[in-house]
Amino acid sequence: MSPETVARWQFGITTVYHYLFVPLTIALSLLTAVLQTVWTRTGNSAYLRLTKFFGKLFLINFAMGVVTGIVQEFQFGMNWSEYSRFVGDIFGAPLALEALIAFFLESTFLGIWIFGWGRLSKGVHLTSIWLGSIGTFISSIFIIAANAWMQNPTGAVFANGRAELNDFLALLTNPVFLTQWPHTIAASFVTAGAFMAAISFYRLVKAKAAAAPDGDLVAYRKGTKIGAWVLIVAGLCTIVTGDLLGKQMVVTQPSKMAAAEGLQTSPTPGEATFQILPGVELFPGFLNWLYGTDNIQGLDELEAQFRDYGYRQQTFIDCLAENGGAPQSCLTDTDGNPLGQEGLQAGFADQLATIADRGQIGDLSPDTTIAFWSFRLMIGIGLLAMLGGIFFLVAVRKDKVPRPSGLMTAIAVVMPLLPLLANSFGWIFTEMGRQPWIVNGVLPTQLAISPDPTLAHSTPILLLTLILYTVLYGVLAVIEVKLLLKYIKIGLPPETDVPPVDLNKDEDAPLSFAY
Amino acid sequence: MNTLALTALETAYPLSDNKLAVLWFILIGVLWIGFFFLEGFDFGVGMLLPFLSKKDADRRVMVNTIGPHWDGNEVWLLTAGGATFAAFAGWYASLFSSLYLPLFLVLVGLILRGVAFEFRGKQESPTWRRAWDWAACVGSFLPTLVFGVGFANFLKGVVLVASDVSYWEGHVIPVYSGFWSLFHPFCLVGGLLFVALFITHGAIFLSLKTRGDIQAKAKGFASKSVLVTVVLMAAFVIWGNAIYGGTDFVPGKVGLLVTIAWVVGLLAVLALVGAWFFSAKGRDGLAFLCTSVATVTMILMVLLHMFPNLGFNSNALGGISVDLTLVANSHTTLKLMTIFAAIMVPVVLAYQVWTYFVFRRRLSTENIVDDSAPVGAARAI
Repeated sequence: MSPETVARWQFGITTVYHYLFVPLTIALSLLTAVLQTVWTRTGNSAYLRLTKFFGKLFLINFAMGVVTGIVQEFQFGMNWSEYSRFVGDIFGAPLALEALIAFFLESTFLGIWIFGWGRLSKGVHLTSIWLGSIGTFISSIFIIAANAWMQNPTGAVFANGRAELNDFLALLTNPVFLTQWPHTIAASFVTAGAFMAAISFYRLVKAKAAAAPDGDLVAYRKGTKIGAWVLIVAGLCTIVTGDLLGKQMVVTQPSKMAAAEGLQTSPTPGEATFQILPGVELFPGFLNWLYGTDNIQGLDELEAQFRDYGYRQQTFIDCLAENGGAPQSCLTDTDGNPLGQEGLQAGFADQLATIADRGQIGDLSPDTTIAFWSFRLMIGIGLLAMLGGIFFLVAVRKDKVPRPSGLMTAIAVVMPLLPLLANSFGWIFTEMGRQPWIVNGVLPTQLAISPDPTLAHSTPILLLTLILYTVLYGVLAVIEVKLLLKYIKIGLPPETDVPPVDLNKDEDAPLSFAY
Repeated sequence: MNTLALTALETAYPLSDNKLAVLWFILIGVLWIGFFFLEGFDFGVGMLLPFLSKKDADRRVMVNTIGPHWDGNEVWLLTAGGATFAAFAGWYASLFSSLYLPLFLVLVGLILRGVAFEFRGKQESPTWRRAWDWAACVGSFLPTLVFGVGFANFLKGVVLVASDVSYWEGHVIPVYSGFWSLFHPFCLVGGLLFVALFITHGAIFLSLKTRGDIQAKAKGFASKSVLVTVVLMAAFVIWGNAIYGGTDFVPGKVGLLVTIAWVVGLLAVLALVGAWFFSAKGRDGLAFLCTSVATVTMILMVLLHMFPNLGFNSNALGGISVDLTLVANSHTTLKLMTIFAAIMVPVVLAYQVWTYFVFRRRLSTENIVDDSAPVGAARAI
């Protein structure tokens, strides 16, 4: 194995693992804030108990997200130094701003929220969970803006041997960012909705069978319904934003979408068929309708185009179609500027030609099997999760509660996992579909790793750290799941308000929350 | 970005690229100083966790003195890393890739201690809790040691050579010259110093934030560990400044700053003597102030030696000097970051100070509800 392969596995494993915790952190923090707000407004103790119950599960999850997130920020420099050197002028800013604006906010105010039960006024305490939650959203904005830039490098030029920022606003108005961010957020709410619904549902079924007090049943029923509605509505939003993102991808990353749809050769314009399985072609023209364009190119044509004309985007492809396939008139505009390539890609074209001549790009297309299947698994599993949401609503309609059974337990166990799987496949598709590029159409992934002839970035050392990360993460995953199960089994806290503690008056008063 | 604000800022403070780069070097320095001042004591508390007291109630008091704060303290490190990336991508790339293995240890440590604080109280079993106490200890020790070794290396100057990899004409990738050279005896002294200093800083923090038995133990420990720290600090300051501190050792050093580094370093030694004096007198607040000053001046001393070479020695790079001018990001990015920092840093400082005010009271075992299981009563997980 080459160091590049190991470094990619390391990034993949640590990132997919980190992302198991991120969507829950984002969306569950907001749902918890909403629950606490409803309690503060109405005084209905069911909402307070749900706040505390899901707040505790949220925090177990949050801790894992925090510690695995540190690895994310460091490994760009550790394993991908040439990527960092090349893109740092653009990519570094969102990372720094994420730390400065988002991480401080979420860590400080969630700390205040955890330890502040009964020590702060209700209003200040409620504000702290909202600020913590807002921090997680700001964080997602910066990191998705950074990732969207890797998919579609806007607002940058090639200067001083690196990509340089020339328009910060372009980063935030990047059409990929504008569709990818809502898509990611919607999927986060699918994750949190499924989590809340499945756990509440499981506890509702158990509580009913054990003839628990009415207050418990009421609270668990609320949790099930709120979670299921969040899941379904967020699921619909995920579909809509996914569609918009797909239409963007066909323009900015035609190879990614060609691989996702299994298009090796270009289909007849207007008659692109949909393949549900490789080679099983249905509905001529469906893909044209789906992506809103008559011309969808296959991988062969895209590769040939790269070899003949270098990296080109949609304007070039449109021009080719208009001019009956005569490329010469499409290479430059009337001022002699390269057409179809802008900013960074245009400026870097000469260097890229050298790199391509040396064969340092590798396969010009992404792995079609991975792109094809991760794309379908993302969508299929996501849809299945939405069906689960409908099931929950039907199962607890009116005052009904299903009897405990193996099936109910299985549904409750599988449901929170489905969105996690769909999220993971989504990111695997996004990142693998961009290959061979780390910055789309500019920097090949091969050239992004840390060069080191001596020791640290050799295959054996990278393998060693990869194994250590995996073992550590594996052990932590087991502990995390056991703790979650323990606190799910404990269930709602007793139906009493939190007594206010004022250490300023009674310095021996027990803390209402302590580690 | 608001172009009006940009123009206004430029008119008010016409900064050249180089001045912005210097400003960002200072800002990153402030972030490091803030990180070590804050995380220093909670690294110390983490390292002391299995040792200071055998009683679970005492240990819970210890964890809870830093409970609401440790995560926010750690963000200073993330911000320092992010700011280095955003302002000096070449520094971030060379530094983080050069220190790949040491940084891996830091990451493992930070992961362990983070989950340790969160998870230790979530099971009643003594075995479970003891295991997490050790995880917190090791997890605090590893980053402390590595940062100590690292900052000693920066003072000395990490030697860079040109990689034989080049992707296009004129493309040079500076890489560090050798892994084992990171473990020079001077750098090991740096590592030990950081460990001793932060344990002392943490023990004095505990005597300031607790009452009762555990406070007495923390005081007793600090009065001894501070003596070891004085000796290590004196060795580090004298060795570092006398042998590696000269302007000729690493290209580009500024004579005045080197002189100031001497003064600042001696101040760090003096501050530790003060910490010993006040801690013996039972003046916890003043003793904490002294270890804080020692931490701040020690880092400042190293940072003074890192200007403008960023802790790299480029003698072997054949004419290229990796310094803050060379690796600075574009004017556009630096300007943008400056505006964000000018707005956000005061806000962040304000609410972080507020959290210390909210959780300002001393804690004792009276404040912690005993929820531990009797020894031998529960399984590990």
